[in-house]
Amino acid sequence: MELRLDIPEREKFIKMKGKHHKKEFICNTDSVAGSVSQRACVYSGARVVLNPIEDAVHLVHGPIGCASYTWDIRGSLSSGSELFRNSFSSDLKESDVIFGGEEKLSKCIDEIYEKYKPKLIFVYSTCIAGVIGDDIKAVCKESSKKYNIYVVPVESSGFVGNKAAGYKAACNSLLDLIKEFPVLKKEPLSINYMGDFNLAGEAWIIKGYLNQMGLKVNTIFTGDSNFESLKKATASSLNIVQCAGSMTYLAKKFEETFDIPYMKVSFLGIEDTSNSLRKIAAFFNDKDVMLKTEKLIEEKTKMAKPIIEKYKRYLKGKKAAIFVGGGFKAISLIKQFRELGIDVVVIGTQNGQKDEYEKIEEIADYGTVILDDANPSELEKFMVEKGADILAGGVKERFLSYKMGIAFIDHNHDRKHPLSGYEGAINFAEEVYTTACSPVWKYVKDGVNKCV
Amino acid sequence: MEKIAKGESKMECNTTERKYLTVNPLKTCQPLGAVWACLGIHQCMPHSHGSQGCTSYLRMQLTRHFREFIPTTTSSFSEAQVVFGGVGNLKQAIRNILSIYKPKVIGISTTCSAETIGDDVPGTINEMRASGDIPEDVKVFTASTPSYVGSHVTGFSNMVKSAVETFAQKSSPNGKINIIPGLLSPGDLREIKRILKIMGIDAIILPDISDVLDAPMTGEIHLYQKGGTTISEIEDMGNSISTIVLGREAGIEPAESLKEMYDVPYEVLPLPIGISNVDKFIMKLSEITGKPIPYELEEERGRLVDMMLDAHAHWYNKKAAVFGDPDIVEAIVGYANDLGINVLYALTGTYSSEWEKTVKSMVPDAYVSSDSDLWYLKEQLDKKPVDMLFGNSHGKYLAKEYDLPLLRVGFPILDRANLQHFPIVGYRGTAWLVERTGNTLLDYKDAKSPEHLLELIM
Ligand code: SF4
Ligand code: SF4
Repeated sequence: MELRLDIPEREKFIKMKGKHHKKEFICNTDSVAGSVSQRACVYSGARVVLNPIEDAVHLVHGPIGCASYTWDIRGSLSSGSELFRNSFSSDLKESDVIFGGEEKLSKCIDEIYEKYKPKLIFVYSTCIAGVIGDDIKAVCKESSKKYNIYVVPVESSGFVGNKAAGYKAACNSLLDLIKEFPVLKKEPLSINYMGDFNLAGEAWIIKGYLNQMGLKVNTIFTGDSNFESLKKATASSLNIVQCAGSMTYLAKKFEETFDIPYMKVSFLGIEDTSNSLRKIAAFFNDKDVMLKTEKLIEEKTKMAKPIIEKYKRYLKGKKAAIFVGGGFKAISLIKQFRELGIDVVVIGTQNGQKDEYEKIEEIADYGTVILDDANPSELEKFMVEKGADILAGGVKERFLSYKMGIAFIDHNHDRKHPLSGYEGAINFAEEVYTTACSPVWKYVKDGVNKCV
Repeated sequence: MEKIAKGESKMECNTTERKYLTVNPLKTCQPLGAVWACLGIHQCMPHSHGSQGCTSYLRMQLTRHFREFIPTTTSSFSEAQVVFGGVGNLKQAIRNILSIYKPKVIGISTTCSAETIGDDVPGTINEMRASGDIPEDVKVFTASTPSYVGSHVTGFSNMVKSAVETFAQKSSPNGKINIIPGLLSPGDLREIKRILKIMGIDAIILPDISDVLDAPMTGEIHLYQKGGTTISEIEDMGNSISTIVLGREAGIEPAESLKEMYDVPYEVLPLPIGISNVDKFIMKLSEITGKPIPYELEEERGRLVDMMLDAHAHWYNKKAAVFGDPDIVEAIVGYANDLGINVLYALTGTYSSEWEKTVKSMVPDAYVSSDSDLWYLKEQLDKKPVDMLFGNSHGKYLAKEYDLPLLRVGFPILDRANLQHFPIVGYRGTAWLVERTGNTLLDYKDAKSPEHLLELIM
């Protein structure tokens, strides 16, 4: 098959396993103008990382849209404050754009303090704040002093890069904040869990495992976290990083600054979960922890395996396409689909990094199409060509998928069940089964998605 | 159009102490409304000139609301465009759109960043036309839609206005009427078309998202669906007898343009939700076209009255808060008045003194504001509670916190499926809303009743 597309610039974003390509594969750059890009902006990347800090006020400095669109769209669950689920905006108007928005921003912070007395405020910069050149840092500094609270600027002007740049901006803000706290003495069997935003309560599942293994979880970055829990982060002996795209940077910085080592883990699917738990136990090299870990793995696997096998009977031989944000997640998903007997035929990410694409290529089947920042017409083209039965993606792909008669599972913000750990593996199998084997497909098109 | 910056508006009962901060907004930004309008034009690709994040967001929001695939292209600004201008990206974008997505029409709106750096979008399009980059048979229209002015409703109005100003012409009278329906759902538009058909009225509806955002499932994917107002229909709008604006905030400006340019008179009506608002619509249609009101509609009306009677005890004298886009809030306030539900709050985030005046005259005792947000409502509910909420999905947290039933109407609805398919306009649509209103209250009552108070007959 010849990979030929209508936008010539796009060819560099696509490759196929087993094909020789003279041009270098390009990833993590800006979208091509004129495409229906799925990509989000710097602000959005920063917001998703910091949003779950639940007792903070998240103030968006910009016109109303940037704030409106991000109002509680990520299903992060909280066991404490619900403050983070509100949408705060300086709602910049024409006069602010002409004369500058610094004064309005500072007044907004006054009003926030007046009403809510939070200990922590994040102030996000947007494109417009960047274009008009507001000095957000200065305003934050002044307000911090005035009220003796933490007002942390997030440098997330939308156009200065993509979502990945936003992750980095968020990590920098977190780091700046944590550096202000006293550095604590290390506790031996303690851990920070990075890169889980507690969507549908996923972080709670993993925290439960770690506790069962005899480990103390000091801070989760940032699912179900709060001002107080962030203060405890420096006491941990290890950082584990699940969403590598967003948090590896922070983990590295923690290693440099606080001398806490890190390891990448994945809790998607039985295989990855068990491997990751073992890796963590091995790090602590503690007999008791290792024993408890093996016991946990055995128990949980025994519980999950038969259920997954049951679904596998229906799903074996189906073909999947993956289109998700980060490359690391795509890798886990490939394995997880394999656990269900499903082959992955198209793989795309929005912000995958070079090394992740290399890994994807390594583990993908021969002939699998690999895409960066795919637009709908490419996705459509390759899903049809490769005969995909199910797509794992985000909300913008859902209805494209349905229209094509292809089942869909949300592996993004709109997920409905936790997909992490053993319980998550069961949910994943169940969700895939529910969508792929729904009787509704019978009425869509003959021969589509039959399940035996 | 935003006439007064936040905080400067003079509200009669000024209980909000916040002057600068917006918390839980009742609006979003112009480009979303602009894209919405473009989707209702046949084979139109909405293009958003600016940063890609904005486009991604509005696509996501519209996708969640309609549960449909929403095509929208972006100029994908990066730092370079913000420094040197985005015209180059616009040209590249247009060429790519033409070659991959092959639209008949391209509707270009702008995001804040493009507006702030001041790209000349119409000029660029003219240039590309002159150089032959844009072929004759592809139509393009552009609107300036900076979000630091107004809201998504303003964006919708600006885009429709541009379509009219760009394409409408005058040749010979066509005997038709124009309808500008605002941000109604596909189900609503389908119902309006059914009413027009029963009355034997030829109308041009702009925009028309039915058969676009409620296209049937065929197992095949089409980027463009069969629906949407065609360019030749828009061209013909200068020849119509009259324009009916359903919902002033979203539609009056394009109607003004048609009047100024081609002397087409217009009438402004509330959205036809609720029996008295529907009466106004049907009577106006009859008055303008000289067509009689068919018996079929009278029967529908009679059945609606019957239903209102059967259930009136369930809602009579309840207190309600209504929030969302201005036009739907106004219509729902009228509907509540028809039913005998007392509206205590009517709130929107799209500033308009005209709107405030109109709604205030309908519910003189209510707190009415077009510069409000949901946090404001939350604070008021502590002091002066209500029995139910009418509004969008963002109201669900208030509904939970204050233990109230929420009747989902308007935009955005992110947590219920299929509502877009069912009309709440016309007598039939209102009947369905009446059913939902009464039975939502009864479901709520059942859910709250302890077992020994549960009643079979209600
Ligand atoms: S910058 Fe403007 S156009 Fe973009 S999302 Fe924000 S408000 Fe909307
Ligand atoms: S204006 Fe910038 S920050 Fe706001 S949504 Fe658009 S791209 Fe993102």
